[in-house]
Amino acid sequence: MAVLELENVHAYYGMIHALKGVSLAVGEGEIVTLIGSNGAGKSTTLKAISGLVRPRDGRISLEGRPIGGLKAHEIAEKRVAHCPEGRKIFPRLSVRENLEMGAFVCRSTAEVKQSLEKVTELFPRLRERLGQKGGTLSGGEQQMLAIARALMMQPRILLLDEPSMGLAPVLVEQIFQIIQNLNRAGTTILLVEQNALQALQVAHRGYVIQTGNIVLADKAAHLRQNEMVRRVYLGES
Amino acid sequence: MREIAQMFPQVVVDGLTLGFVYALVALGYTMIYGVLEFINFAHSEVFMFGAFAGTEVLLALKASGLMATFTPVGSLFVSLLAGTVLTGLLGVVMEKIAYRPLRSAPRLVPLISAIGVSFFLQDAVRLVEGLWHNAFYVSAPTLFAGGWSPSPTVRIPTKSMILILVCLGIMLGLSLFVGRTKLGKALRAVAQDQATSSLMGINVDRIISLTFLIGAGLGGAAGTLFSLQYTLIHPYVGFILGIKAFTAAVFGGIGSIPGAMVGGVLLGVFEAFASAFLGPLTHGAFGAEYKDVFAFIILILVLIFKPSGLLGQSATEKA
Ligand SMILES: Nc1ncnc2c1ncn2[C@@H]1O[C@H](COP(=O)(O)OP(=O)(O)O)[C@@H](O)[C@H]1O
Ligand SMILES: [Mg+2]
Repeated sequence: MAVLELENVHAYYGMIHALKGVSLAVGEGEIVTLIGSNGAGKSTTLKAISGLVRPRDGRISLEGRPIGGLKAHEIAEKRVAHCPEGRKIFPRLSVRENLEMGAFVCRSTAEVKQSLEKVTELFPRLRERLGQKGGTLSGGEQQMLAIARALMMQPRILLLDEPSMGLAPVLVEQIFQIIQNLNRAGTTILLVEQNALQALQVAHRGYVIQTGNIVLADKAAHLRQNEMVRRVYLGES
Repeated sequence: MREIAQMFPQVVVDGLTLGFVYALVALGYTMIYGVLEFINFAHSEVFMFGAFAGTEVLLALKASGLMATFTPVGSLFVSLLAGTVLTGLLGVVMEKIAYRPLRSAPRLVPLISAIGVSFFLQDAVRLVEGLWHNAFYVSAPTLFAGGWSPSPTVRIPTKSMILILVCLGIMLGLSLFVGRTKLGKALRAVAQDQATSSLMGINVDRIISLTFLIGAGLGGAAGTLFSLQYTLIHPYVGFILGIKAFTAAVFGGIGSIPGAMVGGVLLGVFEAFASAFLGPLTHGAFGAEYKDVFAFIILILVLIFKPSGLLGQSATEKA
């Protein structure tokens, strides 16, 4: 059974029909990427999953159980971690407090402590900066904090929205390496990217979204060879 | 000049007493602003409600003879607790009914709603007190008479010392709650970014209710302490005091908890100084009645040189 499944999901912003029947699935242990150009509906898809946008039609299920229509905090309780576009760390909370908020759904302090141990091992730079305010971190460090914060709840699935956005090439490499390592350690990931080249290199499967419709779905290796993908998203002629 | 030097310590005592009341009320404005970026203009009436709630409980204790068994400290505790909790609950209900339905409305709309809540509370309290006591002016019973005179020109009333100690205790508790506890951290997270907070599993509506519970509760505690200190209360007692406390919150930096504490205490002290010394210093050209003007001049000066207030974050820092 898929960890996450969307069937024919529609979502609106007022009159704007942003998702026009999106269907996709993410299986246990997979990295699935959702690629598409600016304004295609990638972020809206993640927001529909995590409850920031209420889907008007269709089904969203987590391990077979419907979660569509639940409030965002209720979906987080089910350990769906959404690492939003633009990082969205809490600038006036310390790095440690940011991480603690990531574990807000965890009831036991021992569990929080253990998660904190684990993520600071993954991100040693954050360990050195635990007492610093989030807003004082560099762009790359903030992205690491955003991912680390999402991992604090020990998510069933991790939704990543353009984690490479606005980062220097070296850092982009590093972020994709981290994503791959997380996945190898067992995290199921739905990765939204405009950086299709890198995304298709780490992902197992991919979907291409255009103006609210899924237009292609295939193995990542096949998508890399696809004529249209190469032309539109990989910038080849 | 000698006269001023002699009065000085007494003026500081009086200013601090009033300043701590301002600070406690200012905290309510600043906490709600911090989370919702909304000025709860009904907070002055929340304070007034707290004054009546605490006082009525005290009067009931007195009438039933329980005040004697409770001792003054016990009576203070009971009335303060009742004033705080009842007013806190009023805050929660007020938010649910008057503000929550308007959360996505344009910013001016909840402001108008707040003004409506103000009038409603004034008239409701006036009606109930009028029916109950046949008068809407109420005097709080004296709990702590006496005082301490370290020198012939200074007298520190016991009730002032108690008021300041209680305020300091409440402020310490609030700081620990907001700074150290999981819910306090969630409150700060919601103040910074509601959508992202909800992604953490934080129930944003609950945190907003909690903010109103605490913010209004602090107003209620301030009201109870105020009526014990200054005795006479009426349904309009919150109006000017509320404006001053709001001023203190802006002065300290609206949205900043330490800012409200510092701003409130400073404003109280400035006001006491102005009230005592404007006359002698200007040889009678300006009397004590100019104290409010003086307080506002200081506020304006601070805001000209630091628009975000003493301890506030500038708009760019907040982003
Ligand atoms: N808050 C919003 N209000 C109105 N329209 C929005 C909002 N967010 C996104 N949209 C619109 O929805 C469509 C999809 O946006 P989005 O999901 O953010 O695209 P992507 O993440 O793929 O760049 C776009 O046409 C965008 O303009
Ligand atoms: Mg996007």
